[in-house]
Amino acid sequence: MFKWLEKNLPKVVLAPAVGLISWFVYGFILWTCYISFTNSKILPKYELWGTGQYVKLWASRKWLIAVDNLLIFTVLFLVICIVIGIVLAIFLDQKIRAEGVLRTIYLYPMALSFIVTGTAWKWILNPSLGIQKLFIDMGFENFTFDWLVNREMAIYTIVIAGVWQSAGFVMALFLAGLRSIEDEIVKAAKIDGANLFTVYWKILIPMMRPVFFTSFVILVHISIKSYDLVVALTQGGPGISTTMPALYMTQTAFHKSQVGLSAASAMMMFMAVAAVIIPYLYSELRRENVS
Amino acid sequence: MSANISASSYKQLEQKSKVTNMLLRWFLYSVLILFASYFIFPLYVMIVTSLKTMPEIRQGNLITWPSQLNFKPWAVAWGGRGYGAGDTFLRPYFWNSIKMVVPAVVASTFIGAMTGYVLTKWRFKGDSWIFLFLLFGCFIPFQAILLPMARTLGALGISNSILGLVVVHTVYGIPFTTLFFRNYYVSIPNELIKAARIDGAGFFKIFFKILLPISAPIIVVTVIWQFTQIWNDFLFGSTFSFGKAAPIQVALNNMVLSSTSVKEYNVDMASAIIAGIPTLIVYVLAGKYFIRGLTSGAVKG
Repeated sequence: MFKWLEKNLPKVVLAPAVGLISWFVYGFILWTCYISFTNSKILPKYELWGTGQYVKLWASRKWLIAVDNLLIFTVLFLVICIVIGIVLAIFLDQKIRAEGVLRTIYLYPMALSFIVTGTAWKWILNPSLGIQKLFIDMGFENFTFDWLVNREMAIYTIVIAGVWQSAGFVMALFLAGLRSIEDEIVKAAKIDGANLFTVYWKILIPMMRPVFFTSFVILVHISIKSYDLVVALTQGGPGISTTMPALYMTQTAFHKSQVGLSAASAMMMFMAVAAVIIPYLYSELRRENVS
Repeated sequence: MSANISASSYKQLEQKSKVTNMLLRWFLYSVLILFASYFIFPLYVMIVTSLKTMPEIRQGNLITWPSQLNFKPWAVAWGGRGYGAGDTFLRPYFWNSIKMVVPAVVASTFIGAMTGYVLTKWRFKGDSWIFLFLLFGCFIPFQAILLPMARTLGALGISNSILGLVVVHTVYGIPFTTLFFRNYYVSIPNELIKAARIDGAGFFKIFFKILLPISAPIIVVTVIWQFTQIWNDFLFGSTFSFGKAAPIQVALNNMVLSSTSVKEYNVDMASAIIAGIPTLIVYVLAGKYFIRGLTSGAVKG
């Protein structure tokens, strides 16, 4: 017995982590998947019911709005964060004075929770006392800014706050990428007569492909899971106009007690994340094995 | 450059490039400062709003400086108005969060360190698959585990308790802590371990005497990462707790959304700053480690 333990000690030490993850990650996902094929309401029922919940989900107006919002949010969030991130990284890379201070300022929102961010931006975007009043006081008397309470525009307020929180992080990724490139490459290009713009556009940015890929994965992942920010900023409103899948899932489960339907929506989210993550993990592992 | 450019025109050219260069520098700095003000703006607005009185907030605008520093909103946000029932304030929830964060960070960091140690220094057939198996846990959308987790916590009798949240955060922190430690230990030469084994050191002795003393940087990265994630969590907190057992982010959200009385934006802003201060302090004091954690493990939303 003692001998066995001594020989297998590493595996015994590994067991708690593997056990916990098997149960709480894989077991739970399988359970959710199973429940999504049942007709569970308040309490889970275990007889199979087929794909009824998925049919119901994709016929639900609220879910379709949530998916629409997710697409709008993801595309804007992704593009704006990456553009700001690259511009700031390249500019900061020009031997800027006080670079450390600027970097700290760009990145601090990442330390805050989405609830804090949402609370702050909700106040800033307040239709009567926020930005609107600021501009009126500055002399633009007819200025209106009511996106937060405007069905058509409210989703963009979530983009504004989301970008504010995450753009600095993309900057940090790109800056690290730029700094890892050998100076010789840049010097050689300059000797060949390339100007700074060409060096970045033709040489450095194309070399940043892995960083683009990482930023893409991380930002898409954040946006699929975004829940806190929506709750703090709009609570899915006005009406249901800013509902997102994550909000739909919890509302359906815990307020409407439609456990089966909510499990189906969770599985859709899971598959969306898997579609982005599995190729990423695959390529990362391949890179690690090659090097 | 052709040889017949005279010295004077060459000088002119140089002058010109100096001017463009200066303009370029000006442009660079103005863009950088413009963005810096975009990022700093909400923090500034939060601070000045939290120090104004309500009448002043209605008269002025977002950026006006308070005529007199008024700390009452901070006192109300932290300690309430003192009228008993219905008086919500952050102090008890702040302590809830501390009681939740400390054990969860310690437990998940310790498990991650041991797991990372085995996966790099006691390798066996199939261990890289086990790593992948654990790593996948970093990426799952937590919506896919919320329903069974709620039932499990109920079955264990720890739903709506701080202990329940400690368990949840410990478990879902393991993939990240394992990733951090595994990537750190992989770069430590195996010869060190081999030599110690020849000298007769066992599994735990090698860990505590050799690896742990050189693990300080990665422990700092892991602790900061876990602390920030757990302190800032809202999904688990709002799903698995309510009322008195809620962590601070949930309490902040409830305070801001409560529509029982007249909206007091100054108290809201003071509350938001209080809920954000611990992670901000960590960021300012240990920014380097914070960023290292972000760039090596940041996939969680």
